[in-house]
Amino acid sequence: MRHLLATRELSYDHALAILDTAQEMATVSDRSIKKLPTLRGQTVVNLFFEDSTRTRTSFEAAAKRLSADVLNFAVKTSSVSKGESLKDTVQTLEAIGGDAIVMRHWASGAAQQLANFGWSSSAIINAGDGTHEHPTQALLDAFTLRNRLHGTQATGKDLNGVHVVIVGDILHSRVARSNVWLLHTLGAKVTLSGPPTLMPVGVNTWPVEVNYDLDGILAQHPDAVMMLRVQAERMAGAFFPSPAEYTRGWGLTNDRYQTIADTDTLIMHPGPMNRGLEISAAAADSAQNTALEQVANGVSVRMAVLYLLLAGQPGQ
Amino acid sequence: MTHTYVMTGGTTPDGVQTDMAIAADGTIAQLGQNLNTDGSEVIDATGKIILPGLVDLHTHLREPGNDDAETVETGTRAAAKGGFTAVHAMANSNPVADTAGVVEQVHRLGRASGWTDVYPVGAVTVGLKGEQLAELSAMYDSAANVTMFSDDGMCVWDPVLMRRALEYVKSFDGFIAQHAQEPRLTEGAQMNESALSSELGLAGWPAVAEESIIARDVLLAQHVDSRVHICHVSTAGSVELIRWAKSQGINVTAEVTPHHLLLTEDYVKTYDPVFKVNPPLRKDSDVRALREGLADGTIDTVGTDHAPHTAETKQCEWVVAAMGMTGLETALPVIQHTMVDTGLLDWHGVARVMSVNPARIYRHTDQGQLTDTGSLVSGALANLSVYDPNPTFVVNPADHASKSANSPYQGMELSGQVTDVFYRGHRVVANAELTTPYQHSR
Ligand SMILES: [Zn+2]
Repeated sequence: MRHLLATRELSYDHALAILDTAQEMATVSDRSIKKLPTLRGQTVVNLFFEDSTRTRTSFEAAAKRLSADVLNFAVKTSSVSKGESLKDTVQTLEAIGGDAIVMRHWASGAAQQLANFGWSSSAIINAGDGTHEHPTQALLDAFTLRNRLHGTQATGKDLNGVHVVIVGDILHSRVARSNVWLLHTLGAKVTLSGPPTLMPVGVNTWPVEVNYDLDGILAQHPDAVMMLRVQAERMAGAFFPSPAEYTRGWGLTNDRYQTIADTDTLIMHPGPMNRGLEISAAAADSAQNTALEQVANGVSVRMAVLYLLLAGQPGQ
Repeated sequence: MTHTYVMTGGTTPDGVQTDMAIAADGTIAQLGQNLNTDGSEVIDATGKIILPGLVDLHTHLREPGNDDAETVETGTRAAAKGGFTAVHAMANSNPVADTAGVVEQVHRLGRASGWTDVYPVGAVTVGLKGEQLAELSAMYDSAANVTMFSDDGMCVWDPVLMRRALEYVKSFDGFIAQHAQEPRLTEGAQMNESALSSELGLAGWPAVAEESIIARDVLLAQHVDSRVHICHVSTAGSVELIRWAKSQGINVTAEVTPHHLLLTEDYVKTYDPVFKVNPPLRKDSDVRALREGLADGTIDTVGTDHAPHTAETKQCEWVVAAMGMTGLETALPVIQHTMVDTGLLDWHGVARVMSVNPARIYRHTDQGQLTDTGSLVSGALANLSVYDPNPTFVVNPADHASKSANSPYQGMELSGQVTDVFYRGHRVVANAELTTPYQHSR
C-alpha cells in the first residue's frame, strides 16, 4: 500500500490490516506514555485546503504518537477564490521534504491527482476530498463498530452480516461514499435512507439497498444507524421543503429514538452533530451513541495508516 | 498550358484514382489520367486520398483576449496542419464577438494569417449573457459578413430570446448555432451525470439538460420557419430528437465532435482535467448512437470544438479546471478511427461530413466543392486536403502547431496523416509540414 486515497479501491486484506494494526495502536493510547518511536525522523505534512480542526488534530496526534515530525500547512483557496495552485503548493512542500502528505481538499479527486500526476513523491493520505471520499473516517467507523460488536475478540474479524443504515445527504457526503465501499468490502449489509433528492443518480448500481422509510428500517433492528450531518447550504438548495420536514422524515427524533432505545442498535455520527435537526438530544446523549469513541478511535486508525504507509521506509 | 502543381496518382472521394492539375490562379485546372507535368511541381499522391479542404464550423481561436492559449495565427496553423481550409471562430473571445468591430478584427486577423479561411461567428446576445440580442445585422453587414451566430459556451436559454434570434436572422438567411445546455439543470456541472459521477463525487451534467433544449429549439425553428444548428450533440437522446425533427421537415442541422465519437466518461476516473469538456464525455451507448447518427445523416457534420487552454487552467483541481480540448490536428485521424475503420463511413462520407455539409450549412461557394458522386470539381478553387491513411503515430501535443497542449489523445496511437493542404491553390502544408501562408490581396 503506497497511498490511502479511497476505500473504493481498498482491498479486503488491506482494510483488515489497517483495523488490526489500529487495534494494536489503541493499546498505546491507553498507556501512560502514549508514544512509539516508529516514525522518528519522518515528517508528516498536514495539508489542509479546507478547515477541519477535528480531522487535522486527529492526524497530528496520530503522527506525534508515532514520533513523527508534523508540519501543519493551511491553504486558503476555494473553488471561487483561486490562489496558488495545488501543484505549486505541493511542489513547495516537496522541497521541504515530507514523507507523507495528509490532505484535506474541497475538490473531489485532489488526492488522486497528487498521487498520480507526478507532482509529489510522498505517501498521500486522503483526509477528505470534496464530495468524493474520506477513507480514514470510514475506517474509524468500521473500527468502532467492530469493537462494539466484538470487544476484545475484534482482531481479525470483519463485518460479515452486520447491518448498517446510513441516513441523510448521501449525494454530497464523502463519508457516506467511503462507508458504503468499505462496509461492503468487509461484508456488511448497507441500507441508505434519506430524501430521494439527496440520493445520487445511479445509486441502484451501488452495493446497497435504498429505503426511504426510516421507521421501517429501524424496526428491522439494524446493528448501527449512522446519521449524516445536514449541511446548511442543502436547505437553501431546495433539496427538501423545510428543516422540519427533513427531521420528521429522516431525523433521529426523540420519538423515533424511543423505538430503538435499549436495543443493540448503535447510533453513529461523523460529527459535528446538528442537535434537533438530524439527531435529537436524547439520541445524541444515549449510551448507544458512539460519537466520542469514534473520535478516540480516529487517532488509532490514523496511527495505523501512517504506520503501514511509512514504517520500514528510511527516515529523512 | 503550364500548371503550378500536378498531383499524380491520388484517389478522390469517389474512389477514382486520378491526376490533378492546379493552376496559377488557384483553381483546379484539370482532372484526368497522365496529365502533362512539364514545368509543374509534381506531387506524388499515390495511395493518398484527396479530400475537399475540411471545414470546421466550431473552432475557438481565443483571440482577442486569450492569446496565451491560442491566436488566430497559431489556431489557423493548427487548422491547416489538420487539413482544414476554413474555420469558424466562436464568439466567446474577450471582448466577445458581439459587434461589427470585433468580428471585423477576427476576420482581418484571419486574412493576415493566410493559413485558412477564418469566418467569425457572431454572438447571439450581448456579452453572451443571454439577455439582449447583439447587433446581428451590423455583423452581417460588416466586412466579416457574418451569417452564423452562437453564444457557444453559453446556451441561449431564454425561449423568447431564442425565438427572436431565429426570426431575426431570416432577413439575411443566417442561422443560430445553439450550445444546448439548460443552465439550471447544469449548475456547477463537472461531468456526465451517471453512476460514475456519483461515485467520483463530481456534480452531474444530465443528458436531459441538452435534450430538453434541443427539443425546444427544433420546435421553435419549426414554428418560426427558421434554421437552427445544434452544436456538439453528445447524447443518444439528442440524436433521436434530431432524427425526429428532420423527419418532420424541420430545418435543423447538427454537429458532433471527434472526441464525443471516441471518448467516454470512463476517462474522468483519472481526474485528469484534460478530459474535462463541455458537453461532457458520455457513455459508450451515446458514442455508438452518435456514430450511427453521423453515418445515417442525422448528424450533418463534424465540428472540432477545438478549445485550447493554457497549462495553468488544466493542471489543477478538476472542479476549477477549464472545459475543452484541442482537436484540429487530430480530427481526421480520429474520424478515420471511429468512422472509417469501423466501416460506418467511406471517404466520400468523410468528405461529406467534414467538408461538403458544413460548407453547405454556411452557404460557402468556394469550400466543400464536390459532385454528388464524390468527384472534385474542375474549375473550383483548389481548397484541398491530401491525406495518407496509413502511417501510425502516437499523439504528442508537443508536435502540434496549436499553442496549447490539452489534447485528450496524448499517448494514444492513431493512424493517418495530412500530408498536403492547398488553400486557394497555395500549398500551405507540404509533406506534413507548414510552408508559407497564402497572401491575400489587400
Ligand atoms: Zn459549446
